[in-house]
Amino acid sequence: MSPEVSPETIEALLPEVAELIVSALNLDMAASEIEPDAPLFGDGLGLDSIDVLEIALVISKRYGFQLRSDNQDNLRIFSSLRALATHIASQRAK
Amino acid sequence: MTSVPLLGHASLDEIFAWRPAGTVRVRDFLAEVAALAGRLPAGNNLLNVCQDRYRFTVGFAAGLISGKTSLQPASQSAETLRQIQAACPDVVCLCDDDFDTLDLPRLDFPVNATVNPEKVAKIPVVPAEQIAACLFTSGSTGRPTPHTKTWGRLVKNARAEASRLGLFAQTHSIVGTVPAQHSYGFESTVLLALHGNAPFWSGRPFYPQDIVCSLNAVPPPRLLVTTPFHLAALLSAGLEVPTVDLLLSATAPLSPQLAAEAESRLAAPLLEIYGSTESGQLASRRTTAGPTWELLADVQLDQADEQTHEQTNNQSDEQANNLTAAFGGHVEGRVGLSDIIEILDNRHFLLHGRHADVVNIAGKRTSLAYLNHQIAAIPGVVDAAFFLPDDETPDGITRLAAFVVAPGLDNRQLIAALRQRVDPIFLPRPLVLLEKLPRNSTGKLPRTQLQTLYAATLKHAGR
Repeated sequence: MSPEVSPETIEALLPEVAELIVSALNLDMAASEIEPDAPLFGDGLGLDSIDVLEIALVISKRYGFQLRSDNQDNLRIFSSLRALATHIASQRAK
Repeated sequence: MTSVPLLGHASLDEIFAWRPAGTVRVRDFLAEVAALAGRLPAGNNLLNVCQDRYRFTVGFAAGLISGKTSLQPASQSAETLRQIQAACPDVVCLCDDDFDTLDLPRLDFPVNATVNPEKVAKIPVVPAEQIAACLFTSGSTGRPTPHTKTWGRLVKNARAEASRLGLFAQTHSIVGTVPAQHSYGFESTVLLALHGNAPFWSGRPFYPQDIVCSLNAVPPPRLLVTTPFHLAALLSAGLEVPTVDLLLSATAPLSPQLAAEAESRLAAPLLEIYGSTESGQLASRRTTAGPTWELLADVQLDQADEQTHEQTNNQSDEQANNLTAAFGGHVEGRVGLSDIIEILDNRHFLLHGRHADVVNIAGKRTSLAYLNHQIAAIPGVVDAAFFLPDDETPDGITRLAAFVVAPGLDNRQLIAALRQRVDPIFLPRPLVLLEKLPRNSTGKLPRTQLQTLYAATLKHAGR
């Protein structure tokens, strides 16, 4: 994770990433209903591995970088909307 | 009693697998198997939940030479673990990560024991009739249904597949995107490495970029063992993919369009495998060459009567799932198939979809009867029905819907309770709470009624 990403940058990215999740997965909810710090898996939003791959594809197209699962960050990246936005902010192409 | 070797390799110095740390020779593998076998507790059943394909295979082989059965359930939910524990009280879990095994006894990699690979002298043999594995399907009664596999027949399956794929003529390096525990991944990665002249990559790549890296980690020629879902994601990512020499797909139907795109973009033939957990692998086809399936060596099909095209409109009717049966070759006994099959001649057939009760989402299979049983068993649920919408796109993932009567429970509570019972992939999206379900006078719930409810839900959601 790059230290130079400011909390404001991440905050600003949240609605966009929430919208991306809702539209990619055709979820029956508004983007604003996704709580930034609630878990995306399990008892939170209830996503599964199929969803993760769908979201990963949309992220790579929109932000120009590929997700990898060879590090232990994978679970953390998808732990919450804020964690995902943080990862995108630190990885996206200029 | 006849015996079958643990491995089909001719020499202890052949390559068995590749790991990030490097090459694993047959003798290295056998040394690890012997070391683990010495640490396995008593008991006849091993629940091997290792994520790493190599470690899974070391565990499987160590159990095999110790006379144990590898239990391979369709899901690893808490409810499934409880059911396995009830059916097999001596079960021990073999783990390589922090998977929650509840209170079941567990053994964790790395195991604190070593055997010198240079001291390994020969490949062990295993009685052909030994029960090597027990794969479970979700069944319709709420309890997992076991399907036992003898070592002799598993090897026969692997050899029939390897022969069809041409692996005895040319060894291939396998990269698999499917788990080692489920039937397709078990047969097409683990068993092919043991008896199909095809060493595997130990990892299980998930993202498209992971698949590319895994392919780069093994020498050509390469065989990619995957599913329509992973294949579509790989093509859609638009990455530069290393040379692949053969593509294998199974678990869900692949559209001719995706097959043609894959063959053209990756410049490799694509074969599809047809089979089931109950029967093992039965047939293959080259999807771009047409819809006809060719049976694997010695496998035969037979049909009880001619009503093969009749689809029932009523999902609560008893399903006639045993119209087509497979037998012969590596098939254990006579196994009924859950698909609608048109036999062309004694080696070829066409598939015309599944029987109405069968649900297959991203390669995971269950039945509406099973899901309805699970949701009805949640305290507070008065009535409930799952519904599988018609496929919107041939290679896309269609999600289930559920209509539930449960005064006093909300959406979130119901999903949380269901999560304990079924694989997350089968959680309904949407789950719709109703005051009552539109059952007819005989108490049945025709699919057309559920279709109407589903359409109304979508309209309400503004789609």
